[in-house]
Amino acid sequence: MQYVPGDDNHKVVLYALSTCGWCARTKQLLTDLGVGFSYVYVDLLRGDDQGIVVREVERWNPRLSFPTIVIDDSKAIVGFREEEIRKAVGA
Amino acid sequence: MVSDKDVDRLVQDLAREAEAGGYHLNPDREFTRGLVRGLLANRERYGYISCPCRLASGNREDDLDIICPCDYRDLDLADYGACYCGLYVTADVEAGVRTPEPVPDRRPSPVERRKKKEENVTVARAPGDLKYPVWRCRVCGYLCARNEPPETCPICRVSRDRFERFV
Repeated sequence: MQYVPGDDNHKVVLYALSTCGWCARTKQLLTDLGVGFSYVYVDLLRGDDQGIVVREVERWNPRLSFPTIVIDDSKAIVGFREEEIRKAVGA
Repeated sequence: MVSDKDVDRLVQDLAREAEAGGYHLNPDREFTRGLVRGLLANRERYGYISCPCRLASGNREDDLDIICPCDYRDLDLADYGACYCGLYVTADVEAGVRTPEPVPDRRPSPVERRKKKEENVTVARAPGDLKYPVWRCRVCGYLCARNEPPETCPICRVSRDRFERFV
């Protein structure tokens, strides 16, 4: 997990793919909003490490699609849904 | 590493093939270049250009449905004006008269895919009394009646292993 420093009102975790344009836009949006968040490129993980994170994502999003954004360990947003993301992080 | 030159070349090839087949690449050049860079990164690590916006397993057989163009492209173009990753768009989106909608992934979940794979193994094919089997391209729907599917789909250019037995 990498961390992008910023406003920590919410715990924000971004599960992304390094090759995906929508994941890139989501990461950029969170950065532009000044939100502190952790992110991981699931496609760059290998073997067991990837398996563990995949199961983590599947708990929130059984389709295992990306980006999956988990907010405060209680709510997941699937896809680059700009308005929903803004609302959830209170920006 | 994927070079800018490789990206340029594949963008050009894909654009030419798309236009010849009545498809359109996303006119947002930078976004499209990013996706094509992702396709090339996937070719390097998996050996095939799987969708840059989906997690590939690395096993070609399990990933066949998400090798670009994916099995879901034409359905998503019809419903949302763009494919899932956004590489392909409809003519009206390309022309800027329509905004594409966010595309939810219609690929079945890992659990559903495993189930389907097991079913395909156990369900026997219905016997037909046709002279030839009919093959269907999973990407574009092209049908042909012959002993084996063609090496390359004459409509959308995908490889033989993207065909399924239809009748």
